[in-house]
Amino acid sequence: MSSRFLLPSASARPLLSALVCVGALLTLSLSANAAGIDMEARVRACTACHGNQGRATPEGYFPRIAGKPAGYLANQLINFKEGRRVYPAMGYLVEHLSDAYLGEMAAYFAALDLPYPPPPVAQESAAVRERGRALVQNGDPGRRIPACVSCHGAAMTGVQPATPGLLGLPRDYLNSQLGAWATGQRHAQAPDCMAEVAKALTAADVSAVSAWLSAQPVPANGHPAARLQQPASLKCGQAVTAQ
Amino acid sequence: MQGCIRAALAVACALLAPLEPAAAPSPAPEPQPGLAQAVSSTPVERGRYLARLGNCMACHTARGKAEYAGGRAIDTPFGTVYSTNITPDPTTGIGRWTREDFWRALHHGRSRDGRLLTPAFPYTSFTRITRTDSDALHAYLQSIPAVVLTNRAQELRFPFGSQAALWVWRTLYFQTGEFQPVPDRSAEWNRGAYLVEGLGHCSACHTPRNALGAERSGAPWSGGMVPVQNWYAPALSNAREAGVGHWRDEDVVQLLRTGVNRQASVMGPMAEVVAGSTQYLSNQDASAMAAYLKSLSPSVVPPLASPSTAPNGAVRAADSAAAQLYETHCASCHGKKGEGEPGAFPALAGNRAVQMANPTNVLRVMLQGGYAPSTVGNPRPFGMPPFQQVLSDAELAAIASFVRGSWGNTAAPVNLTEAHRARERQAPTP
Repeated sequence: MSSRFLLPSASARPLLSALVCVGALLTLSLSANAAGIDMEARVRACTACHGNQGRATPEGYFPRIAGKPAGYLANQLINFKEGRRVYPAMGYLVEHLSDAYLGEMAAYFAALDLPYPPPPVAQESAAVRERGRALVQNGDPGRRIPACVSCHGAAMTGVQPATPGLLGLPRDYLNSQLGAWATGQRHAQAPDCMAEVAKALTAADVSAVSAWLSAQPVPANGHPAARLQQPASLKCGQAVTAQ
Repeated sequence: MQGCIRAALAVACALLAPLEPAAAPSPAPEPQPGLAQAVSSTPVERGRYLARLGNCMACHTARGKAEYAGGRAIDTPFGTVYSTNITPDPTTGIGRWTREDFWRALHHGRSRDGRLLTPAFPYTSFTRITRTDSDALHAYLQSIPAVVLTNRAQELRFPFGSQAALWVWRTLYFQTGEFQPVPDRSAEWNRGAYLVEGLGHCSACHTPRNALGAERSGAPWSGGMVPVQNWYAPALSNAREAGVGHWRDEDVVQLLRTGVNRQASVMGPMAEVVAGSTQYLSNQDASAMAAYLKSLSPSVVPPLASPSTAPNGAVRAADSAAAQLYETHCASCHGKKGEGEPGAFPALAGNRAVQMANPTNVLRVMLQGGYAPSTVGNPRPFGMPPFQQVLSDAELAAIASFVRGSWGNTAAPVNLTEAHRARERQAPTP
């Protein structure tokens, strides 16, 4: 069973739901810590691609999952299960797992506090990276493209409970996710604001944004922010979250 | 030979009148001894339970979409079949279907308008369902929320989807029938047989199919490739495959109801069956199925016909490259000597699933990994990682051969072609 909540929003009800959800995930995360060794064995299936403890591998595509917001990870697992996000290997693994168990897995990886490796050396030119930086930090109001930082946090390390960070991810992965949103391969709950943003980006925009983001170091305290400093620029319907 | 059959079918299709006369509705058969089930009282509640046992939802629900509204693509060797909307919407679902109409679909394989249904809908099994159970299923399906979703046209290659081809196919391979209890067997065994052969439609996978997709009646329960999905449904008649004649009753019940027991866990298509169907079995019905399933294979595992394969195993165990691959990718969970970790990761030494003559499943598990399903009895299953992006075909074959020939295992090695074919979702056409 799943519930929806709106994130982020100024109205009280979604905020309340979000807080309830954070509470539920915290509870899960505590119990996961208590049974950490047990969960380590249960999620070993994830590590062939996502690396030991979900730290990612040097292969360069599969994203790190350690330390991402629990709500975000739970949403992704459920989206794979229900076909809103399509990657056959993931869809097969989670197809017959309960939302509660997927939420427990999400909480386990979210609670892992592991250092990030330094970013790879940037491949693109300084001009391309500058274009990427400008889009990430300022957006392009003329084309109704919001700044990435307006939702993903000023430090780009994500925002609790369900907005992911943008740093520490492979360039290929960032490119393919933005592409998947633009072409309808990846969805989130309506209103699917990332789909709108991705469709407004040109291929060159995507390439520039991914090039700049993937070359940034993750700050020493790379945790997701507890909340946004100002209201988000978009109203996103993220979030089908395990109860 | 297969070409001849296909050519003959095509000719027959061109010549024959497309429809046989619509069958008159049959009178409701008398209740049969041994088929009573005391799970719940009202027809709707009984129907809800029976719909689980038939796993109707697995085909009639598309991933992440409305329950029973259809639209799931089912790939067959003859093209793609799209499941239909069986919610009570009057225009796009079965809201206008009477109990008679519904019975005709299950028992005779005909739609409300008399058209012949494709046997992707397993009416060759469902024809054994009693009229009482059919009516309960109908009552339940009429009680669920109506969903407006227009059925998608089938995409079967010519001539397979034509009414004429279906007429020919049915003439060759389908007879309406009722379940006939075996008098000298117990009521429990007969109940199990009724469920396994009828609503459970277990033979749809566990009995091999011929070139035209019909179950081979001469080889029941002897195992078969699941069309297109490229998994092998192991033989229920063979103690070295999925036969349970030598298992304790409670182990069979536990596997059906939870997806795991002390010697096995379900993966691949059977995980879907446990998740959507058998985990909901009442204890009584699970025991009945166990009684019947146990009678399909010997109660003692017969000795191997050719123990001469053992030396090969010893040779392969010395293959240091394969041993190193095993150590790198497998040993942390399955143990250095294939001993596994009880309750979490299965032992590979002595594991019959890795030693079947058909190596498809061990290769598929290595490629796709997978979790046993979350069930009430096993809500937090353990899983295996997919190695499809990590291992080459040669490495896959080497590890599989090593596992099949080490620690007392005596199965034949796996070759490169077999490893390569296991990656294909499309199984070689029959």
